[in-house]
Amino acid sequence: MRKNVNAAFYVPYVLWLGLFVIAPMLLIFYQSFFDINHHFTLANYATYFQSGTYLTMTFNSVWYAFVITVVTLLISYPAALILHYMKHKQLWLLLIILPTWVNLLLKAYAFIGIFGKDGGINNFLGFFGAAPMQLLFTDAAFIFVAAYIEIPFMILPIFNGIEELDENLVNASQDLGASSWQTFTKVTLPLTMSGVKSGVQAVFIPSLSLFMLTRLIGGNRVITLGTAIEEHFLTTMNWGMGSTIGVVLIVAMVIIMFLTGERAKHRVKGGRRHV
Amino acid sequence: MKKLLSGIFAIIIVCMALAAGSARLAKSQGATGGNVLNFANWGDYIDPALIKKFEKETGYHVNQETFDSNEAMYTKIKQGGTHYDLTVPSEYMVEKMANDHLLVPLDKSKLTGMNNFGKDFMNQPFDPGNKYSIPYFWGTLGIIYNDKYIKPGAIQHWDDLWSKKYRGQIMLIDSARDIMGMSLVSLGKSMNTTDTPTLAAAKAKLDTLSPNVKAVVADEIKMYMGNNEAPLAVDWSGEAADMMYENSHLHYIVPTEGSNLWFDNFVIPKTAEHYKAIYAFLNFMSNPKNAAQNTDYVGYSTPNNAARKLLPKSTREDKSFYPTESTMKRLEVYKDLAPTVVGKYNDYFLEFKMFRH
Repeated sequence: MRKNVNAAFYVPYVLWLGLFVIAPMLLIFYQSFFDINHHFTLANYATYFQSGTYLTMTFNSVWYAFVITVVTLLISYPAALILHYMKHKQLWLLLIILPTWVNLLLKAYAFIGIFGKDGGINNFLGFFGAAPMQLLFTDAAFIFVAAYIEIPFMILPIFNGIEELDENLVNASQDLGASSWQTFTKVTLPLTMSGVKSGVQAVFIPSLSLFMLTRLIGGNRVITLGTAIEEHFLTTMNWGMGSTIGVVLIVAMVIIMFLTGERAKHRVKGGRRHV
Repeated sequence: MKKLLSGIFAIIIVCMALAAGSARLAKSQGATGGNVLNFANWGDYIDPALIKKFEKETGYHVNQETFDSNEAMYTKIKQGGTHYDLTVPSEYMVEKMANDHLLVPLDKSKLTGMNNFGKDFMNQPFDPGNKYSIPYFWGTLGIIYNDKYIKPGAIQHWDDLWSKKYRGQIMLIDSARDIMGMSLVSLGKSMNTTDTPTLAAAKAKLDTLSPNVKAVVADEIKMYMGNNEAPLAVDWSGEAADMMYENSHLHYIVPTEGSNLWFDNFVIPKTAEHYKAIYAFLNFMSNPKNAAQNTDYVGYSTPNNAARKLLPKSTREDKSFYPTESTMKRLEVYKDLAPTVVGKYNDYFLEFKMFRH
């Protein structure tokens, strides 16, 4: 009896996974084998891997996601470290998380206002005679906004990693004559690596399929796989091709998870969400 | 045990909520009672005062529901579960819906205002003899310029956009058919071209426009142009009318060598039930006075010539929205192309968007 009850505890978990994770993925996989006339075909995959367009797009997506992740990481790690030594760190942390409560679309529109020709930045540059500069629809603007949006999701896991770090280890390292730099590279960084890895996962993977920002901030001068999926589902009505790109993205994500995943057990803290 | 049960309950509740949501989506609203008219329309595409007037005059209650793309509306009607009596597809969608047997032919004997419509707008290839559709509004594709930055008259033709003067200054509407079509017209080809070499040539020409393109955006174009963000844009006349209302520096021109002519049309989908209300509404809307009031509100061009006569002179003789006879002759209506060809347009357009120097 006891054993049965224990097994029964898996039911909600399995149901949830089956209905909301496995089934949708299978559906995407299934869809990807149909062409625009609903005939079974492998042509979608052939198209994907033979056309320069999709390969370039894949390369672009990975490249942008990589740059966004690096920028985010470079800002987040020092920020998390400083946060750790702050007096009211929970308050500061809350302030960093606060922007995630605001809808992404609103933030994007706010940036349109800031980067615009008559926007805040160009008005400021105007004092130095450098305005108006084209800021909107540039790579830099796209990466800036994407990084801004992703930063909380990078800071959280890193911050948690640093919090879990035993302060005595840092003290011991310094007592034993290590410089601050040595302490950081030999003790702090390796021991908080799991936080960095979860942060990278939480940022890189959604960045691969950003699509709304590519149009609003990038003006479709930045094209990622997400843009192509949107187009295939909404405009071309070629669900097969859209699903094929979806499958490629899922595979890419599995690879990233594998590369950044830790062999030993690790905890992922800090949320994930839809972008 | 409690936890287990609550877990299972949570999942069941989520499933039920999802099922209810999808049923609601599929059904949408649409009362099935007697004195109603279930009208599926584009957002903000009719003067609400007219609906009130219609309800008062006839006693029918209008349930208006909005959609934001032809495809979404098509899917809803095709999958059933809706009770729309009237809807407003664009011309290529009329053709597609007629071919898929989703439309009910109009009973001409019950229509009173058909003589009000201009000959230019009737009997179009997408619906010969207006068997299924009555035109509601029409418009064109053209160029919007801001007279703060561009001298009036400097831009007359599509080819002018390719000038080196306008580097990084043009905004394009994010629509494959329209932008590829613009390139095709500038090459002297039809906007309904289906053969691959011509399409490839049009795409190659678009690539050379790439340095001039500031962004390829959708509805936001209105906001950007209103804020003087760009001096030039390619967009539809209806959108242009909205922008010009916001910003008096903006002007709209239809290149004389040709462009797209589009129509939105009343049709009766096969889900219709309230025929008396439908014909009462169609006749009400083709009444010149009502059509003129609606045109004034919506700001698009009306195919109802009797209504056009009632509009202020500055509106009815505005060459941007009612082009001259000779330009009108060169405008082309989109045909419903085969899915593979539409796919080709979209693929080329996607490649163009990715193209960079």
